[in-house]
Amino acid sequence: MPRLERRAAPSRRAMLAAPFVAVVFTLMVSSLLVAWAGAPLARAYALLLEGGFGSRFAWGETLTRATPLILTGLAAAVAFRARLFNIGAEGQLYLGALAAVAVGGLHGGDGFALSPWLLFPLMLLAAALAGALLLLVPALMKSRLGVDEVVTTLLLNFVVLLFVSLMLDGPMKDPMAMGWPQSVALQDGVQLGKLVERSRVHTGLLIALGLALLLWALLKFTTTGFQIRALGANARAAAFAGMPVGWVTVKVALLSGALAGLAGAVEVAGRTGYLTLDMSPGYGYSGIVIAMLAGLHPLGVVAAAVFVAGILVGADSMSRAVAVPTYIADVIVSVSLLSMLVAGLAAQYRLRWGAAA
Amino acid sequence: MTDGPVLRLSGISKRFGALVANDDISLDLGRGEVLALLGENGAGKSTLVSILFGHYVADAGRIEVFGRPLPPGNPKAALAAGVGMVHQHFSLADNLSVLDNVMLGTEPLWRPFSRRAEARRKLGDTAARFGLGVKAEALVGTLSVGERQRVEILKALVRGARILILDEPTAVLTPQESESLFATLAQLVAEGLSVIFISHKLDEVLRVSQRVAVLRAGRLVATLPAAGATKPMLAELMVGRAIAPAQRRPRQAGDVVLAMRGAGVDGEGGRPPLADVSLEIRAGEILAIAGVSGNGQQALAGLLCGLQPLAAGSLQLRGAGLAASPRAWVAAGVARIPEDRHAVGLVGDLALWENAVLERYASADFARLGVVRRAAARGYARQLIERFDVRGTQGAGVETPARALSGGNMQKLILGRALMPVMPGAAGPVLIVADQPTWGLDIGAVAYVHQQLLDACAAGAAMLLISEDLDEIFALADRIAVMHHGRLTPARPVAGWSLGEIGLAMTGETCGVPAAHESSHAAA
Repeated sequence: MPRLERRAAPSRRAMLAAPFVAVVFTLMVSSLLVAWAGAPLARAYALLLEGGFGSRFAWGETLTRATPLILTGLAAAVAFRARLFNIGAEGQLYLGALAAVAVGGLHGGDGFALSPWLLFPLMLLAAALAGALLLLVPALMKSRLGVDEVVTTLLLNFVVLLFVSLMLDGPMKDPMAMGWPQSVALQDGVQLGKLVERSRVHTGLLIALGLALLLWALLKFTTTGFQIRALGANARAAAFAGMPVGWVTVKVALLSGALAGLAGAVEVAGRTGYLTLDMSPGYGYSGIVIAMLAGLHPLGVVAAAVFVAGILVGADSMSRAVAVPTYIADVIVSVSLLSMLVAGLAAQYRLRWGAAA
Repeated sequence: MTDGPVLRLSGISKRFGALVANDDISLDLGRGEVLALLGENGAGKSTLVSILFGHYVADAGRIEVFGRPLPPGNPKAALAAGVGMVHQHFSLADNLSVLDNVMLGTEPLWRPFSRRAEARRKLGDTAARFGLGVKAEALVGTLSVGERQRVEILKALVRGARILILDEPTAVLTPQESESLFATLAQLVAEGLSVIFISHKLDEVLRVSQRVAVLRAGRLVATLPAAGATKPMLAELMVGRAIAPAQRRPRQAGDVVLAMRGAGVDGEGGRPPLADVSLEIRAGEILAIAGVSGNGQQALAGLLCGLQPLAAGSLQLRGAGLAASPRAWVAAGVARIPEDRHAVGLVGDLALWENAVLERYASADFARLGVVRRAAARGYARQLIERFDVRGTQGAGVETPARALSGGNMQKLILGRALMPVMPGAAGPVLIVADQPTWGLDIGAVAYVHQQLLDACAAGAAMLLISEDLDEIFALADRIAVMHHGRLTPARPVAGWSLGEIGLAMTGETCGVPAAHESSHAAA
């Protein structure tokens, strides 16, 4: 019987190489599909790379896409670090966006009549709070009743999506949208400015990068970060040592939900200006992939988010030029998650044949 | 023993990556002989018998059983050749009868009716021949540990084993049960069977075996007749250097540190609860709790580590009550050494310095305004490594992940964390709660841990020691109490106990008179 045996100390080099090995393997698997679609392989990949990273415009698009992905990636990374498996970032993102519109949207033409300097932080706070509270419920159910958070957070996504749909067709519907289900727009004052001229990159990118740095510092330097890392690595030892396991889970839930909620607010304030039901092409789910690719490291999340965004953007332009469906991007991202999991396993474990020694 | 060896291992070598588990080992086993295989953890005992039993394939060497070569890597061939094995952890189905367990796997699956009558007769014959009395229809789940071991031995014998391998067979037995096992072994040998007896307990090895083979670091360092061997001699062969046993210094019993009156704890997750436990420990005194594991020790340890709340009675530490909170207990000066160092004691993925402050990361010594004082924590960890001689940290130092340490060094880390005050020269712990502190450690590490615990008590700490190892209890304790089914006998000074009395108390009988709760248990 083959069995997996944990390496005493996985080499740092192997851990760092794992994501790159995974990406190479992913491209090999995807090549089969590209070849199957009848497209020339080399050209297709060249187009993919060029479309994602090959020009100023491509970089602009990629970074715009990467902004919400960094935030949902951080949301997943911090939760997974503490073994709180938050699959509900998609729902938290939408509820955050809805809260942002509710605070920062036009309220009968003049809003709350607050200065943007006050309204903008209020809007972000509302979004963070909405996401945080949405995850708090499954987290409490997990720590108090032992309810599996994977199921509850996943299913809440659909509940939230239907709720957003209800709001967009009802109280928050934009009367000027000619029957289209879209929310009222944010006030101009609270929309995020452009970071780069003649592109869609907005200052939300700076917010995302800043939060990545903050989260990195939190995990590395603070007692809360220490609790999160200890709880995630060995919950029984953390409890024995006297860590407040339930409270740490709550803190992590609030943090993770808030990050996903902020992703929604930043997306509305930076890109669209209003909320629609197709605002997120699964940013919440992609965040999980990104967090795993990054080995749950906050700074790695930034790199992984840019990579995934580049693939998504590049696949669009590739499919326009050679007839490969854009779904290839989903395949690449999904396969990269699977191969990352295997590569991570291979770095931390070794395969042994025979019975236990 | 005249007709050649029944088992011959020649030049067995096996390596796992860089680790040489077995290095050119050659051994003979004679007919009617008990051969003890002695060695520390990781010396290669398990690997060697795994190769013999076909679980592993050796890189080099050959095995002959009754003069015929044994095909490698084939447990079925080993069984057929007459090699039987009794593992330390039994492979019995609790919800089946003894007979079913013995028959399990011996019959072809396609046979429409099993031949129970025939199997029953065979079991009865074998049991009678070797004097191994068991009830064929009793459910294995209702048997004691000693009886289960007898079933395992019977299972091997019914399948025609002529060579029996016993892996640490006494680890789970009471002294009486061990005695009865030794009698069984004598009977087996008298019937012409041969036995390989794996152990690291020197007393037993000298008692039951004719010859002793000592393994160290994968090599066979000596094979010698048991008759002329002594304990210190075997210990030195086993570890490769002389081991000084822990020294007891005279201690003065001081004020009462821990007092429990009629204390009860609810059973958690199917574990037996604790009922009506009363005890008292004074400063500088060591009270040992003996007993077969699973008799409420976990509940007692949970209570005294601040993990489980008191359900009945009272508990006072230096005259004051304490809430069920590990932090409160640590703050009150309780040094806690958990039973399972891997799963409970340490966080393997975290660095050594982080594990060193795991219990006190939030205290003012190691945190300010929610930020960990990493320099202070690392400094403390460096002191700890030095003072408690934690090895295996070359290169990465205090950044070494805890999982990279060996078992003995993990225990030193836990010991240091519990015993070493943050400020050099500050007072040590008030109470030490040590749950199986030397479980699975090699002799050298055991002596070290014992010495540290004795020194801490000499410095004024009270200690509650929970242990299954009676050698350890007699080496450390001032007074002994025995735990059975969640109840504790009154504690008596070591001199007031004989080994036999402790054994009886471990099975629920005190001084020959069955305890009141035992009859209710039997009725249940």
